[in-house]
Amino acid sequence: MLNLLQIELFKISRRPRTYIAFAAITAIVFIFQFAFKADGESYMNLLLQSVNDTFEFEKVRAINGYFMCYIILNTLLIQVPILVALIAADSISGEANMGTLRLLISKPFSRTQLILVKFAAATIFTLLLLLWMAITSLLFSLLIFGADDMLIFRSKGDESQILLITKDDVVWRYLAAFAYATVALTVIAALSLLLSIFAENSIGPIIATVCIVIVCTIISNLDVPIIDKNVKPFLFTSYLVGWKGFFYIATTSEGIPIKGSIENWPAIRKSLLILLLHIGILVAAAVIIFKRKDILS
Amino acid sequence: MSPIIRVSHLSKHFKDTRAVDDLSFTVNEGDVYGFLGQNGAGKSTTIRMLLSLVAPSGGEIVIFEKKLSTHRSEILRRVGAVIEKPDLYKYLSAYDNLSIFARMSGMKVTRQLLMKQLQMVGLGERAGSKVRTYSQGMKQRLGIAVALVHNPALIILDEPTNGLDPQGIADMRNLILKLSNELGKTVLISSHLLSEIEMIANRMIIIHKGKKMVEGRVVDLLDPAHSLIQIETHDNDAAKEKLQQTKWVSFLQDGKQISLMMNKDEVPQLINDLVAMNVELMSVNSSHSLENYFLSLTTLPGDVEPFAN
Repeated sequence: MLNLLQIELFKISRRPRTYIAFAAITAIVFIFQFAFKADGESYMNLLLQSVNDTFEFEKVRAINGYFMCYIILNTLLIQVPILVALIAADSISGEANMGTLRLLISKPFSRTQLILVKFAAATIFTLLLLLWMAITSLLFSLLIFGADDMLIFRSKGDESQILLITKDDVVWRYLAAFAYATVALTVIAALSLLLSIFAENSIGPIIATVCIVIVCTIISNLDVPIIDKNVKPFLFTSYLVGWKGFFYIATTSEGIPIKGSIENWPAIRKSLLILLLHIGILVAAAVIIFKRKDILS
Repeated sequence: MSPIIRVSHLSKHFKDTRAVDDLSFTVNEGDVYGFLGQNGAGKSTTIRMLLSLVAPSGGEIVIFEKKLSTHRSEILRRVGAVIEKPDLYKYLSAYDNLSIFARMSGMKVTRQLLMKQLQMVGLGERAGSKVRTYSQGMKQRLGIAVALVHNPALIILDEPTNGLDPQGIADMRNLILKLSNELGKTVLISSHLLSEIEMIANRMIIIHKGKKMVEGRVVDLLDPAHSLIQIETHDNDAAKEKLQQTKWVSFLQDGKQISLMMNKDEVPQLINDLVAMNVELMSVNSSHSLENYFLSLTTLPGDVEPFAN
């Protein structure tokens, strides 16, 4: 299995399309950083429109490396599923398209092993993508904007809330958030892998993955009671932004943030479990379907 | 000779289509076994079943005296294959492709071994070039190198000469003969050309619409005793009438033409007799009856009865 995984990673590393995702992340992050460096105040006013009337403070002073990373993640983690799909949706369909699938299947390892290796490779790619995102959005932002206490602006129903996280309490939250995001995006990888079994070129599964994510995200954001109760809890998209929970710090009854705390850990845990369940179901479905499939490509 | 492949009552149905229908054959150790049939006869489907790409609807495949359904990995470790086009990773070099597939077959690869393999198929100098820059013939040779790199005992080649120029076809033929004669490999090769199989195979099968038509040793199937002699005379009806009065009547075939199924060695005697009977000969043509039979599969509409050998 390890040998197969090494081969799979080698193949991914030699494909030019792999680097499109890394280049896209780099470009978007640097555009954000440049924009905030050049005209931070305007961007802050734009970003914080909802809290402008509630809180009066010098918004530019809130800009620092940690805050920048939060802003970038907020925007970028919605686009990353497309980048993950770019590789994961190519897993089986790409092989079928190249004509190498029949050669792979005629080698002495099982189809289950092949799917598991493809999934593991897609997961590692997702992890590396997020690691690169962490380096560019967190590390480079800290280098450019410096480190300071971090302000989080949060809308809770009709209320707006500002949370302060001290700079010595931030890094672990980012590590946890990136770990959570890896799990969330692995669901996308598993979905893309499943869809790639049905196609003989990667365009179809990529488009299908993106469409499913868009439709499910729209449903997850609908404010209809019947959907809230019966549909949203089962959609993976309802949990994609669960990483934010690590930045919602618990407060005392006087409203003072408690260092090292998380407001709602059980909700994060539940979200993680549901995401892991999605991964399990999608990968199991991929294995079962692929094992029965006649390879005619 | 022990059987390397034993296929019993194999069948494959795709919805309403019977791609392979109750097919049985045996490939023995050291055979170059020709798998012949027109396009769509079921050759590729059968080969895909032998390599577990396609699940049979019925029947049994035993390779190296083990059931494929239960010993898949064990069997495939000893099998090398080129299935239709030798498609490989175009964005990788020949060396990388060979290295990948050797490792997938469970081999510990060394640069020396891989280069030796590439040199054997004449790609040593282009080992570092991306496969996308290769010609069809070079890809085919690389496909063969991939199939052979793990030193398999059984080699399965599905239409290996497709898309090759005459020189490429000759090279492929020589390579197959070398594999069999010098390295003692068992080779199963599919083709839709009898002439190709005739030159390299010692045993063969012809399938049509998924069914076995004929199987046996090539020398037996192409025996001169089964030659079809076609005679054209100035007056075919009169000549035929005269032939019916002679011993040659038993070799005469039905039809407007004068056709006799007979031993090729007896043709001079036949010509002498015809001349003696004052028959004006225009032409005498001889061909293998198997070839005619095979051609009939590719040209005649409807079902063809199995060849009575």
